[in-house]
Amino acid sequence: MDYLYAFLVGGGICVIGQILIDKTKLTSARILVLFVVLGCVLGGIGVYQPLVDFAGAGATVPLPGFGNTLAKGVMEEVDKSGLIGALTGGLKASSAGITSALVFAFLAALIFNPKEK
Amino acid sequence: MENSAKNKELYQDMVKKASPDSHIFKDCVKAFIVGGIICCVGQFITNYLKELGLTQNDTGIYTSSVLIFISSLMTGLGLYGKLGKFAGAGSIVPITGFSNSVTSPAIEFKKEGFVTGLGAKIFIVAGPVILYGVLTSVIVGIIYYFIK
Amino acid sequence: MAKHIGQQSIKFEKKISIAATASTVGTKEGEGPLGKYFDVILKDAVDGEASWEKAESKIVKDTLTLAVKKAGLTMDDIDYIFSGDLLNQGTGSAYGIRDLNRPFFGLYGACSTFGESISLGSVTIESGGASKVLVGASSHFCAAEKQFRFPLGLGTQRPLTSTWTVTGDGAAVLSKNGAPPYITGITTGKIVDFGITDANNMGAAMATAAADIILTNLKDFNITPEYYDLIITGDLGYVGKELTIELLKKEGIDISNNYTDCGIEIYDRENQDTHSGGSGCACSAVTFSAYFYNKMKKNELDRILFVPTGALMSSTSVQQGESIPGIAHAVIIENHPKGEL
Repeated sequence: MDYLYAFLVGGGICVIGQILIDKTKLTSARILVLFVVLGCVLGGIGVYQPLVDFAGAGATVPLPGFGNTLAKGVMEEVDKSGLIGALTGGLKASSAGITSALVFAFLAALIFNPKEK
Repeated sequence: MENSAKNKELYQDMVKKASPDSHIFKDCVKAFIVGGIICCVGQFITNYLKELGLTQNDTGIYTSSVLIFISSLMTGLGLYGKLGKFAGAGSIVPITGFSNSVTSPAIEFKKEGFVTGLGAKIFIVAGPVILYGVLTSVIVGIIYYFIK
Repeated sequence: MAKHIGQQSIKFEKKISIAATASTVGTKEGEGPLGKYFDVILKDAVDGEASWEKAESKIVKDTLTLAVKKAGLTMDDIDYIFSGDLLNQGTGSAYGIRDLNRPFFGLYGACSTFGESISLGSVTIESGGASKVLVGASSHFCAAEKQFRFPLGLGTQRPLTSTWTVTGDGAAVLSKNGAPPYITGITTGKIVDFGITDANNMGAAMATAAADIILTNLKDFNITPEYYDLIITGDLGYVGKELTIELLKKEGIDISNNYTDCGIEIYDRENQDTHSGGSGCACSAVTFSAYFYNKMKKNELDRILFVPTGALMSSTSVQQGESIPGIAHAVIIENHPKGEL
């Protein structure tokens, strides 16, 4: 069942993005920004975590999940170390994602040359 | 052909009529299927790692990293761009789309040097994502501190 | 001497001959419906060079050299080169002609550049300042996408109104005396901006400029559209062509029977996934140099109005929310010029 929920919720979030692209001519960069910010806000008010519990990867893999990670991290750090946690929590929680994206991108750039479409 | 405000407005209507709309239903179906499949791949990796006995937290980190790696590799091979053309938001919105947006400029701007090219351009899409994500998280943290 | 006619036109007295043309295109264009007309079709986007930008300059150099050769001349016979492209600061042309060692006017008219170079080349010959000039324009799909949009590897969808930048270079040798076809007049465009801001709908941004210049040309020379066997715009694509026809209809002029667009001719819409059609400096340059020049030489076309169209925005101006200014330059090309034109 977890695959079905992941598929439905993950696919559903992507459909929202697609409607935005087709209807508002937002570029992919703006969609990414919007979804991360949205995920962070929803995570902050505690709405996103139930979706993660329900759909698993269907909610964590799409970019709002990345935003939710930021929100979760920041709140955990605030719990642990007070107001300073607002500064440290976000990047701490998302460090693995950002770092692996940078590292793999760099390695890919070393190996591959740009391809024409 | 007078360039008046009224003519400009009329022309906007003409353009709207002459420009074909995107096939939104078809686009959405494709986005739904591909986005759903990518999430299922994520779910598969998660389940597998859990069986290996990893903690919840580590599982999340490894899952993201593996997906990011796959997307980087596919971008290098020129496959992710093709997938994106088919799937639209279906391959933009998942974390693999974020990885694609980091890898593709890194590869393309290599020719302009490691610092001014690759190094600077690697963030053309990811930079704003990280900036506004972190900014939002700081606000969330501050509010949370005062109301918790 | 040349005569200024009407508002924006010049009528030439000399018979300015298009002595020869040459064209080079990328793989995609080579696979299109006009494939067999091009002189050179590249095997890949880099053509043995280290980058797309370097490849574009190489194409410029090779195509200009070929045009001179086809005219039976050597580079030393050329008095001036007029050439332009889409890259920042016109580097596609500048590096391309670096080794050709001839006086050079670098032009920027976006995708209308070929019309601009033919116009200025003709004026130079008419003035007596030159007897043979080389005119050209180039663009490169990958280099243009990289400069104006996002990296090619980024997985995005192109809207249906967008056009595909043609990879290639088109060049022509203009000569004071020689065989037909002749350039007999020009109508130079002004900037026309009807407030289009969507950089993915360039056809719409340029259609107003195209319609305006066609209208002005007919007025200035006091003729009707039937005067021409064919009116050929540069790179409006399907969306822009439809708009141009409609705009002119509102002015009481019907060109729907003798009008086409290079951006429509160059690709196969169904099989090549180019959406609204082709664009870029090379679009009108290679389509004219290869296809329409050939048709004129064979007398299948006797008299055309060639109208390369351009959108004069930059990525910065688009990001700042500016609308896209359009421009178009009309060139009258005839096999049998009428004395009274």
